[in-house]
Amino acid sequence: MAGVDGEKKSVLEMVQADGADEGCVTFVLHEEDHTLGNSLRYMVMKNLDVDFCGYSITHPSESKINFRIQTRGGVPAVEPLRRGLNELTDVCQHVLNTFQRRVTEFRSQQEDVMD
Amino acid sequence: MKTLAKMAATMSNVDEIRNRVILGEFDIKNVHTTDYPGNYPGYDDTWNLQKFQKNFRIDVVQMDETSLEFDMVGIDAAIANAFRRILLAEVPTMAVEKVLIYNNTSIIQDEILAHRLGLIPIKADPRLFEYRNAGDEEGTEIDTIQLQLKIKCTRNPRATKDSADPRELYLNHMVYSKDMKWAPIGNQADVFADANIGPVHGDILLAQLRPGQELDIVMHCVKGIGQDHAKFSPVATASYRLLPEITLMETVEGEKAERLKRCFSPGVIEVENHGGKVVAKVVNSRLDTCSREVLRHDDLKNAVKLARVRDHFIFSVESTGILAPDVLVTEAIKVLMTKCQRFLNELDSTEME
Repeated sequence: MAGVDGEKKSVLEMVQADGADEGCVTFVLHEEDHTLGNSLRYMVMKNLDVDFCGYSITHPSESKINFRIQTRGGVPAVEPLRRGLNELTDVCQHVLNTFQRRVTEFRSQQEDVMD
Repeated sequence: MKTLAKMAATMSNVDEIRNRVILGEFDIKNVHTTDYPGNYPGYDDTWNLQKFQKNFRIDVVQMDETSLEFDMVGIDAAIANAFRRILLAEVPTMAVEKVLIYNNTSIIQDEILAHRLGLIPIKADPRLFEYRNAGDEEGTEIDTIQLQLKIKCTRNPRATKDSADPRELYLNHMVYSKDMKWAPIGNQADVFADANIGPVHGDILLAQLRPGQELDIVMHCVKGIGQDHAKFSPVATASYRLLPEITLMETVEGEKAERLKRCFSPGVIEVENHGGKVVAKVVNSRLDTCSREVLRHDDLKNAVKLARVRDHFIFSVESTGILAPDVLVTEAIKVLMTKCQRFLNELDSTEME
């Protein structure tokens, strides 16, 4: 059973190097892979405040990713992360709405052909 | 298609780098997405939802009970690929997880039979069930479907004397998936009265028996995802390809035109008669397999440009029959939203502390 554990494990960790400011943070996203990693990286890199964004999978047998964000102008790295997640949600919502609308349209079109 | 071809011909160098993947003779150019802010002077590449919504498009090409083809245009590969990956590995289904073998005197070994049973697609809506908790051996009506396979092979008393055909000699000598019968737990018989729970396909051969051999098996189906085991994957295949774009850079006539046509998949290039001269023309580049055969002809390779449109994904989804393919895509999109929400919730809760 992947990811179904009795105990609640941590979902997100923040790792900062000693002396680094809050604009340079590595987030550890547990139970995630390229699926969220790459799509979130794309959204975060679209942000002007972000100087660098990248992720890596620590090891094939560990189900977590290191997600690195470095910002410009002292913006806390949590902000572009939060914004990226929100924007990705908006994208999904629009894709979902469009898909459902188009499928319904396709169905009614098919029925018209049948009649 | 015509407008696209024209567009590529008149496209500026920068736009070509941004929007097309070029298939060269020895290499593939412009592989990566580069439209990030700061990369191109004069372009505003910061995220803009309105702009995305304006450019985004979905066209359903073909749809039936088990397969779906649609175009998703105006989205980055990172996100399109996330949908594809989720379809393969993270949309849940129900599958046989525990096999309780009370009797198996057939020639097929217990573990092989159990594996075969696991791979049978089970028709049951996974959205109506919960995941079973780790360590839970029993299972309840909210997380488990029970199936029973109880069958015994006997001689056929009505078989003709000198028959040698097993189909005539024996009864129940072929065990099919349709012999797996649903045994409702708790209130399931009422709740799923119309659901018709059982194998999607009744004609999957599970084992062969000879007279006297029997199977007595109870199976527990649980909810799971393809990441855990491929038997939970709801799709036979889920893939996308980028829309091919073939542009003729010069007029190709006569024998060369015929040869050019033969370099591509049927229907991609046709020859037209222009006042006694045959001229090649790109008719439908979508049909091309991008074989790059044309690049082996020295006199033709500079006459065409082979490319793919970076943000035009031709998705193909084939369901195993458990859920309709359009439902699968819908569920996949919802899974990605749930992932985002999980981390947004975590960010909110850590800020509270």
